[in-house]
Amino acid sequence: MQTFAFWALAAAAVGTGVAVFAVDSMARATFSLLASFLCVAGLLLLAGLQYLGALVVLMMVMEMLVMAVFMIMYMMNPAGLMPMTMVHNRRGALLVSGGLFAVMAAGILLVRWPERRGRPPADPTADLGMALMGPKMLVMMVIGIAILATMIASVVLAVRGGRYGRAEGDGAGGDGANGGGAG
Amino acid sequence: MSLEAFLLVAAALFCVGLFGALSQQSIVMLMMGLELMINGVVVAGAGFWLRVAPNADGQVLLLVAITVMALEMAMGFAVVTALFRARDVDMTDDAGDLKG
Repeated sequence: MQTFAFWALAAAAVGTGVAVFAVDSMARATFSLLASFLCVAGLLLLAGLQYLGALVVLMMVMEMLVMAVFMIMYMMNPAGLMPMTMVHNRRGALLVSGGLFAVMAAGILLVRWPERRGRPPADPTADLGMALMGPKMLVMMVIGIAILATMIASVVLAVRGGRYGRAEGDGAGGDGANGGGAG
Repeated sequence: MSLEAFLLVAAALFCVGLFGALSQQSIVMLMMGLELMINGVVVAGAGFWLRVAPNADGQVLLLVAITVMALEMAMGFAVVTALFRARDVDMTDDAGDLKG
């Protein structure tokens, strides 16, 4: 049963991943990506990683909803009412990715992988929590600082404003490096 | 579920993402490709955790990978917004100032 669930989720994850670049609608592409993430979260849960599986579900649902908003903001064809082709060098990309998959698959099947050391803990979530609050505290602190830095950097990049505050109009009153109107 | 099964799924996801990252003109679609590639890394990490070293180190590494995925998306959207605001550009081909 578990093996069947694994392969069903794996096929769905890859299939919906392919669909991201095959469907006509930007909204459908976003939700295909979300489906792929949810299938991967299912794989994590099957592996016994309950916390990380739940984290992927919660984070990706929010992230894909934000992405859907951006899609509708920036793309000319969010509803997929007409076929769209926004690709370049499709054949080259297919060759590179297909060739890489063949090499990786050959390596995966030919390499002699090491034996498992130890057994999975009874409660992997507790194990992770104890590690993060103990010997791996530095990792958690670096992650926190990285998130803070990203929040500041993304706001600085995204906000229309100059060095001394918000620019007026289309940049006429501002002297900021990233101010100025679009177009 | 063997390690090879996990790694094959991971490789497939990574290569689908690579195809998107290489072929898409839209910056947002390109970022979707990058997300799929990191998704593959997460699956491979879960396989290694389960079948090679089921200790906390592997879970911490996966947590870092998932965080990177979220941060990449946030920074990507900010860069797209800045680029669109400054130049009215949302395609990679139009944003080639540093192209040699």
